[in-house]
Amino acid sequence: MSATANYLLHLADNAVVLGQRNAEWCGHGPALEEDIALANVSLDLIGQARLLYQQAANELGGDATEDRLAYFRDVPDFRNYTLLELPHHSALVGYAKSDLDYGTTIVRNFLYSALMVLVWEQLQQSKDEQLAAIAAKSLKEVRYHLRHSRDWLVRLGDGTDDSHARVQAALDHLMPYTQEFWTGSSMEAAAVAAGVGVDVAALKSDWDQLVDDALLEATLQRPKGEGYVTQGKNGLHSEHLGFLLSEMQGLARSHPTATW
Amino acid sequence: MSAVAFADASAAVQAAWTALDVLTDPEIPVVSLRELGILRDVRLGVDGLEVVITPTYSGCPAMGQIEDDVRATLQAAGLQGRVITQLAPAWTTDWMTDAARDKLRAYGIAPPQHRCASQPLLGESPLRFVRQAAKPERVPCPHCGSSHTVESSHFGSTACKALYKCLDCQEPFDYFKPY
Repeated sequence: MSATANYLLHLADNAVVLGQRNAEWCGHGPALEEDIALANVSLDLIGQARLLYQQAANELGGDATEDRLAYFRDVPDFRNYTLLELPHHSALVGYAKSDLDYGTTIVRNFLYSALMVLVWEQLQQSKDEQLAAIAAKSLKEVRYHLRHSRDWLVRLGDGTDDSHARVQAALDHLMPYTQEFWTGSSMEAAAVAAGVGVDVAALKSDWDQLVDDALLEATLQRPKGEGYVTQGKNGLHSEHLGFLLSEMQGLARSHPTATW
Repeated sequence: MSAVAFADASAAVQAAWTALDVLTDPEIPVVSLRELGILRDVRLGVDGLEVVITPTYSGCPAMGQIEDDVRATLQAAGLQGRVITQLAPAWTTDWMTDAARDKLRAYGIAPPQHRCASQPLLGESPLRFVRQAAKPERVPCPHCGSSHTVESSHFGSTACKALYKCLDCQEPFDYFKPY
């Protein structure tokens, strides 16, 4: 598989997995406006994923299509960050809809949007012209996502004792997973060498600035974020991705030749 | 290409523009695709007519409908052509014509308040952006014109709109966000 195709799949998998996760709030949002907001954020992410999968399918050729890439690949084939597949709550064994925690959702969207604002900005210069075009569109969208999640991070962090405690717990839980952003992979190195990808590690100080600025306003403490470094982008995932994919892929796999 | 064929071809392009001019956005039926900047070009390719459209937001669910509408309209006008979806340059609300802005307002949707081209995306500090973005814009109410309005939600009935409320006439309204 070419360096470009691999990299496009990494970006597409990130978008589709978080899009699917956030869509779990559809009909369950804490307020009508937030239900709609999360659905719209998901729609943007799934739209970005479609464009990226289409371009990956072009690169791969043969019988590759956006649907085959999204619906007929298995857990070890997915190249998304582990952060994005985690359920909407802190570490638990077994969970139900009633366990959904909006603080976790907001913290994750904030940490990821702050990264992607920087990544999409750089990818506008990608040698892959279609990826550069997707980046220009996605940048406009992720700015609204960052604005939305940052706004709620501040409201919840600088809110009641309960909201502060819950969003701080979510931050403590999720921050270690962001280490995966900065650790290198052969997939990314090859894309950078080809002039297609961006060196994410070089964006860390800008990301730190975005995060620290928001945490200060939200009166939250930044946890150390150390520990085991997850490797979702290398295909080594948590137990949660399989459940997410089975829900997302079930219909397409039950009716593999259906068109609608 | 002979002079006769050229005349036919440019007539076909003109006929396509005329036919497609009446097409409106499925979500906002008062403004045309051309006025919104979604319909980018009608041109003659090697295989005949090519209609170039561009999506607004990446995930805009109306794009499939728009593509179908364009095909059906060409067919009804007796024209053969294909639809090309082009991403670059990325669609921006700056392309909306003044006529489209007036029609949006009359329909009850506040048009974008500022141009995006004046805010270069490259080079701008994201930190400055998020701090600036944290303050919602003052958007005049499309119903009564009052600027005494508040943002209810960043995201409204579609991804491209925010939800606002007028504190004078008490009416809620959609705001087409600068993009």
